[in-house]
Amino acid sequence: MHEHDVIVVGAGGAGLRAAIAAQEAGADVAIVSKLHPVRSHTGAAEGGINAALRDADSWQDHAYDTMKGSDYLGDAPAVEALCQESPEEVIQLEHWGMPFSREEDGRVSQRPFGGLSFPRTTYAGAETGHQMLHTMYEQVVKRGVTVYDEWHVMDLAVTDEDDPADRTCHGVVAYDIQSGEVSGFRADNGVILATGGMGQVFDHTTNAVANTGDGVAMAYRAGVPMEDMEFIQFHPTTLPSTGVLISEGVRGEGGILYNSEGERFMFEHGYANNDGELASRDVVSRAELTEVNEGRGIEDEYVHLDMRHLGEERILDRLENILHLAEDFEGADGLTEPMPVKPGQHYAMGGIETNEHGETAIDGLYAAGECACASVHGANRLGGNALPELIVFGKRAGRHAAGEDMGEATVTTGKDGEWEAADYEFEIEVGETGGKGPAAADGGAVASDAESVLGATVERAKDRVDELLARKGRNHAEIRSKVQETMTANVNVFREEGRLEETLGDLREAREAYKDVAVSDPSRTFNTDLIHTMETRNILDIAEALTMGALARKEFRGAHWRKEHQERKDENWLKHTLVSWNDGEPELWYKPTILEGENKTYEPKSRSY
Amino acid sequence: MSTQIPKQTEESSETEAETDVASKGDERRAEKRRRAAEERARRQAEEAEKAAADEDTIELKVFRYDPEVEGKQEPRFDTFHVPFTKGMTVLDALMYSRDNYDSSLTFRHSCRQAVCGSDAMFVNGGQKLACKTQIVDLEEPIRVEPLPHAEVEKDLVVDMEHFYDQMEAVEPYFQTDEYPDGELEEQRQTRENREKVKMSTRCIWCGACMSSCNIAAGDNEYLGPAAINKAYRFAMDEREGEEMKQKRLEIIEQEHGVWRCQTQFSCTEVCPKDIPLTEHIQELKREAVKNNLKFW
Repeated sequence: MHEHDVIVVGAGGAGLRAAIAAQEAGADVAIVSKLHPVRSHTGAAEGGINAALRDADSWQDHAYDTMKGSDYLGDAPAVEALCQESPEEVIQLEHWGMPFSREEDGRVSQRPFGGLSFPRTTYAGAETGHQMLHTMYEQVVKRGVTVYDEWHVMDLAVTDEDDPADRTCHGVVAYDIQSGEVSGFRADNGVILATGGMGQVFDHTTNAVANTGDGVAMAYRAGVPMEDMEFIQFHPTTLPSTGVLISEGVRGEGGILYNSEGERFMFEHGYANNDGELASRDVVSRAELTEVNEGRGIEDEYVHLDMRHLGEERILDRLENILHLAEDFEGADGLTEPMPVKPGQHYAMGGIETNEHGETAIDGLYAAGECACASVHGANRLGGNALPELIVFGKRAGRHAAGEDMGEATVTTGKDGEWEAADYEFEIEVGETGGKGPAAADGGAVASDAESVLGATVERAKDRVDELLARKGRNHAEIRSKVQETMTANVNVFREEGRLEETLGDLREAREAYKDVAVSDPSRTFNTDLIHTMETRNILDIAEALTMGALARKEFRGAHWRKEHQERKDENWLKHTLVSWNDGEPELWYKPTILEGENKTYEPKSRSY
Repeated sequence: MSTQIPKQTEESSETEAETDVASKGDERRAEKRRRAAEERARRQAEEAEKAAADEDTIELKVFRYDPEVEGKQEPRFDTFHVPFTKGMTVLDALMYSRDNYDSSLTFRHSCRQAVCGSDAMFVNGGQKLACKTQIVDLEEPIRVEPLPHAEVEKDLVVDMEHFYDQMEAVEPYFQTDEYPDGELEEQRQTRENREKVKMSTRCIWCGACMSSCNIAAGDNEYLGPAAINKAYRFAMDEREGEEMKQKRLEIIEQEHGVWRCQTQFSCTEVCPKDIPLTEHIQELKREAVKNNLKFW
């Protein structure tokens, strides 16, 4: 068994930042990650980091843009924390040597991004995430933070009280991919989940193969609610054959979208008469698919993104990486022809419910980054707001877990504040097949002191591995691809009731099939079959909660579009969706959005660009 | 033979014996292994038959090895026939083979877009990132092996620890004492200087360069192209200041540093991010010489 003050799960932007912060606050910290840190998907982020760095800009404007972009589903205290602290965090990265693009006077460059009232997206070419990830890993190396890389975290070691609010997290159990060893990692102060996105729930995604939402699913089964899972961002410019992302930076620099008729449809078909291509991502994605559905797509599938008019010099200076991506993954030369693009799953606005300090409803358990929902993105994330979230909330969670006094949080967790039960009957049974299990079915143990909780969780994890390796059954890959197909077909940019119900049925079948899953590779050495099989369970739980939220939310807000409900309904729906695992019988409930900031209230306005 | 198998096979089988005390599980596993092998053989036969009938299928010969699984302890090549689709990469073909024919086929991969650096391997005799290597550019049958000059853990997975150790040996983090006064003020850097270090910052730690380097193959302590490039990234960054640059040059001038490089350009040729590694190493040699003259 290993023991540290703080255990960080995941080594992307949020995890690395959390580890650095916890260590600076005096904690003995270790990172446990199924990938080596530099392999994390933060490295694929292209566009930039929003930060109000200049005199003509202000964090208040950034907060206003973010609340508007969120379609008023962001929680103002979290949004304001993000916007207030992003500038100092960006400068911190610069002081750690991050190679930002530069202006003539030697200061860091900023560019316009969708939904922003000021060009505040700070960038390093079109490879900002890569530079940020490596810069922070360098700091982790410098500080000698312990990293257990290629250890897959299977479970949280959480006590088993009936009410999740009474439970405590004492550590994690992980599987060493290289040796097959199962081991406990005791965290004396706290566990911080920073496991990133869950794009593998869909089959056309910009996310990595490793983005299976492990942290979200683990926290969920241990009793922490998932928040606002129905809000999925579909990025308007991904390459059709692979889902590889083409940065919003291309449109930020002046790139134009055309349909098969050669029309600049964002304006000519009135989708966004002011901002055109730079309207919010949800608006542009719907516009593109509407063009395709109405017969003005190219090959009935995609539209064109043209940046040729920017000129070779500017493209090479600011968007060089895009040329390589379009060439290598779509065979298109961005200097001489338009690039084919279509919407693809890109980002989960929802995730593990946390407050603005990164705390969850379970004592000792934190979350930060894409896996968390504080909530700063609400119903739609603005481009350039993901990277600042990683560093601001990574740092906050790290400090809090290390024991720093950060004052009382304004955002509540669990059923601590005002909440209401959902009035929705699902036609399809959801949750654990075979009904309710023991308390904290996957994350708990019948004990309360740290050692026995961890011990029992380790034993269960070992049994699970033995069982998967020993028995005969079906391979997970088929189940996973069925889930991905139904989610992409039915829980996409456009959503309608019948097909959402159908999806719950498909997911039920997938759950049944998963009961017979087995791993045919008998090896304890680098058994990726085993890892993928465990991940598929996480994908199932997330897909289901996401679809439940999508069915129940009978309105159109941000990224969530419903055929039968074409309006934002503020009188009923200024509230967050929460799904609790409830030991295997998922429970859907709501809590109000917090629109009151430090000095002002963000009154919902109609969101036009 | 282009790949190194760990020498201590006895040790690994011992570990297996230790972990598999439970005899029932042992039997079950053995039975399962037998059945899996039969199943595999059956499917392979089907594949081959189908391949003969279908021209649009590619043939992949993949290196297989597992230190603890019967039948895989002796390295071998397995053949997979994969239906070709437009734009298919070596990684796509491997994933197809794994998901449809043999779920034990093992390789690292994550981002699928040449930025995580997980899937460098030896494809038709050259170090490539599987995710950005198009099938149409390769001669068939396509031979896929783990990176040479590294210890094989299983199938296409090699031990990266040595590579990471070398990367970390060059103090791979920004260091300066010259911060601006204002708390929210950035250090200034000219566009030219940023341009100068730009290519060096693109390294994704894939290890292709190290694997291709003859010197690194013969001298285990040689820092290698990636680590020296990392040192270059900081030594050339004007924000670190002159004093720090001296220190950087001392690090790369050590016995197993830049002077070992014999400018064969193999690292530059295989780098999937087009980093001019050899040029960077040469430039550091020149800087070191200039520096030494200065202190004469």
